[in-house]
Amino acid sequence: MAGELAETSGRFSQFDRIVIPARKAMRQSLIYLIATVLAAAFMAPFFWTISSALKGPWEVIAYPPTLVPKEVRWQNFVDIWVRWPFATWTVNSIVVCVLAVIGQTASASVVAYGFARIRFPGREALFLVVLSTMMLPIQVTIIPLFLLYRQIGWLDTLLPLIVPHWFGGGAFFIFLLRQFFRTIPKDLDEAAEIDGCGKLGILWQVVVPLSKPALTTVVIFSFLFNWNEFFQPLFFLNSNDKYTLPLGLRFFQTFPTQGGEPKWHLLMAASTVITVPVVLLFFLGQRYFIQGVVMTGLKG
Amino acid sequence: MATQTIGWRWPVVSRFRLRRSTREALAGYAFISPWIVGFVCFTMGPMLAAIYISMSRYDIATPPMFIGLENYQRAFTADPLFWPSLLRTAYYTMLTVPLGIAGSLLMAVLLNQNIRGKAIYRTLFFLPSLTPVVAMGILWSWLLQPEVGLANLLLWSVGIKGPGWLSDPDLAIPCLVGISLWGSIGGSRMIIFLAGLQGVPQELEEAAELDGAGAWAKFLNVTIPMLTPVILFNLVLGVLDSFGVFAIAYVATDGGPAYATWFYMLHLVNQALRYFEMGYAAALAWIFFALVLLFTYLQVRWSARWVYYSGEEGR
Repeated sequence: MAGELAETSGRFSQFDRIVIPARKAMRQSLIYLIATVLAAAFMAPFFWTISSALKGPWEVIAYPPTLVPKEVRWQNFVDIWVRWPFATWTVNSIVVCVLAVIGQTASASVVAYGFARIRFPGREALFLVVLSTMMLPIQVTIIPLFLLYRQIGWLDTLLPLIVPHWFGGGAFFIFLLRQFFRTIPKDLDEAAEIDGCGKLGILWQVVVPLSKPALTTVVIFSFLFNWNEFFQPLFFLNSNDKYTLPLGLRFFQTFPTQGGEPKWHLLMAASTVITVPVVLLFFLGQRYFIQGVVMTGLKG
Repeated sequence: MATQTIGWRWPVVSRFRLRRSTREALAGYAFISPWIVGFVCFTMGPMLAAIYISMSRYDIATPPMFIGLENYQRAFTADPLFWPSLLRTAYYTMLTVPLGIAGSLLMAVLLNQNIRGKAIYRTLFFLPSLTPVVAMGILWSWLLQPEVGLANLLLWSVGIKGPGWLSDPDLAIPCLVGISLWGSIGGSRMIIFLAGLQGVPQELEEAAELDGAGAWAKFLNVTIPMLTPVILFNLVLGVLDSFGVFAIAYVATDGGPAYATWFYMLHLVNQALRYFEMGYAAALAWIFFALVLLFTYLQVRWSARWVYYSGEEGR
């Protein structure tokens, strides 16, 4: 301890004047080294995926392996669309995502506005119920939901993946938006009210325009969640022309190829295709993304 | 002043003789009504229905038959896969959660250093957590493929014969742990820790330095206590998450080899979708829910001993 103190506050000797900067530089380069090695390790699987996605069926399992494809085969990315129903699955995924994202954002805004801005008896208690549903895993309700959708003929349609999102939009988003709405000065609401604006009008004309960052965060998270969702489609979708992309990819993984031809290259191409939109979205909305994570994680 | 005039005007304008507070309350209920409907139809209703279903024998084809607690009894005493799957899930959780939290925290500390290109490193660490879980499962089963996977090729190039990874019963769970760490360490948890680190008051760190604390002592005695609320948050969520581990195992190993990765959720899903034992699956779901609630409760209770809330002591 004492030695460390002398070092950290050491401005006493000539010796320290040389040693300390040198130590600092060493420490600094060590940090860069660790960070770079880690980043490379985290990226290596992606590199290998893309590299494999561009190889031919036999080069992909060739021995010794080639780091970079000898012959770049863009054809793989065409094949998954032509020889497999990836186009259908993509359309399904897009339909689900667009409708679910709109539903979640719109309905969570309305509900969050109610919780943030309007006084009514039982508000705090109900909000606690909202929060507690955040801790409720989907696994607990999946069986009765499956039976419910079966009763009303929604199984093997995209409806179960869309409609529930229009009712409340999920506890997480209600919470996030409520927190944000509460930071908007109430005077603005009141001014609009004097002008004869109804509550929905206030939400739409005053609150929404001021909440673009929070709403963008909700849109991004909602897209990610719905794009990646696997558990519910697995239960609710049956025939392969109804599949969303994750389910289709799983189907493709387990389906044997003709003559047992290796299909790792196609699987890797498909995995790339399903991941790219998410990564693009992240780059476009990085700022909102990080803000959203921090907001929900720290204040939660 | 302005508010007063509104207060006066409302009852006059209103055609119905409702007090302003009543109108306000009605508007409030109207606004949250989508959530109420959703909660009743898609959450509360199904949960209650699940209780009844869990006490029935129900194979979809024939109407449910009430059998009392038989399904629960079967789970605890007669199902040869129940306890093993629960233990496997516990094993997975005990590896994933502590390693995940420690890993994210260390990475956040690394990024919190004074280095250039922080945003780039952060992005690179973050990207794996965006990968859809099916893609993650497929790409890792390719990387860990025993004969031609990248991992074993690299090992082979330095003269080591690599193991079977996911196809080795002893290694399968640790591999899945590794995969899920790859997909979560640099993700939102790290971002939350990073924000938490930036929120550690400078004066506390300086005070510790004056008291002669080195970097490590400062980290243990100042940084960690300040982060304990965030750690608790991540602990609770982490346990919830990894106890429900499903997709990654379903895609990468399908519960194999020889049931080595047959986690609790895999058991549940197979009961429901393969054997159509809806009653039994619902019972498994309720047991799962009870366990998760118990864990959360215990963690929160236990947290009183180690979580430090700076607000409480009134700065």
